[in-house]
Amino acid sequence: MIPLQVVAIVLVGLGGLAVVAARDPLRQALVLGVYGLTLVILFVVLQAPDVALSELVVSTVAFPFILFTALAKMRDRE
Amino acid sequence: MSPRVRLGLFGVSAAVLACLFVWALTGLPQFGAFRGEYGRILNSAAGPERHVTNVVSAVTFDYRGFDTLGEEVLLFTAVMAVALLLREARSGDERRADAVRSDVVRAVGLFAVGPTVVMGLYVAAHGYLTPGGGFQGGVATASGLVLLYAAGRYRAYRAASPKTLIDFAEGTGVGTYVVVGLAGIVVGGSAFLENVVELGVKGTLASGGTIAILNAVSGLAVASACVLIFHEFLEELMTAK
Repeated sequence: MIPLQVVAIVLVGLGGLAVVAARDPLRQALVLGVYGLTLVILFVVLQAPDVALSELVVSTVAFPFILFTALAKMRDRE
Repeated sequence: MSPRVRLGLFGVSAAVLACLFVWALTGLPQFGAFRGEYGRILNSAAGPERHVTNVVSAVTFDYRGFDTLGEEVLLFTAVMAVALLLREARSGDERRADAVRSDVVRAVGLFAVGPTVVMGLYVAAHGYLTPGGGFQGGVATASGLVLLYAAGRYRAYRAASPKTLIDFAEGTGVGTYVVVGLAGIVVGGSAFLENVVELGVKGTLASGGTIAILNAVSGLAVASACVLIFHEFLEELMTAK
């Protein structure tokens, strides 16, 4: 395991912890996007660019979008 | 069960789980040691067989092409389900104001629409040459369009993606995949998804045979699926309850 891989794996671990530690759903959704980016870095470092691109578009566009609109809708109802 | 018993039970099970976990870890192969032969074989076979430079695309659209068809249908079904569920519950057409207040957000966001869409199309089109492909490029293209809403107005997003056209694109994307697959049986005379098109020159856009077509139509299907899902969610958000 080269140092860059270790750094990437540690980043993913910290990102996952940050997602769990965030209590407010909106903040959690944002942190989840950042966590996705750390996974993207890990996949690039592990030389899987195709997977990295998939993770990039899903974790920074598709998934947050659905979460944000759902949260906005819930906020409307309150 | 008293809290103390419960805690003791947890302690014992956690210890057993920890032991099993460590035991499993010691049995793992070395980090980076890949035992499967599949990857090595495909790396040497995909180039000569399918004239592609991105082996992953040969896997998704040829060697595992049928799986990808399943994923396309899955996405298609998901979009249909979202539309069915959300359209049912919607009533009234009162729109809430969605003007973006910050000039910086509007300027940067709207400026990014063009480049993002072009980049998405680029990633989709070069799927069988470089990393990327229909799925990644499709979502990226749809995300460029959704910037029209995020930095501009919902109305602009709707105008840029007329529902009838997107519905048609979604159906065409999935349908063409099946048609290309059937062509393998009818024209090629052998198997479902068998290549029936000229393989072309490796490393150029005109290469890969049916991989190029399947890559393009799945990009179309994924992009329109995302646009439709975004549509439904935004419509839900914009319609006052």
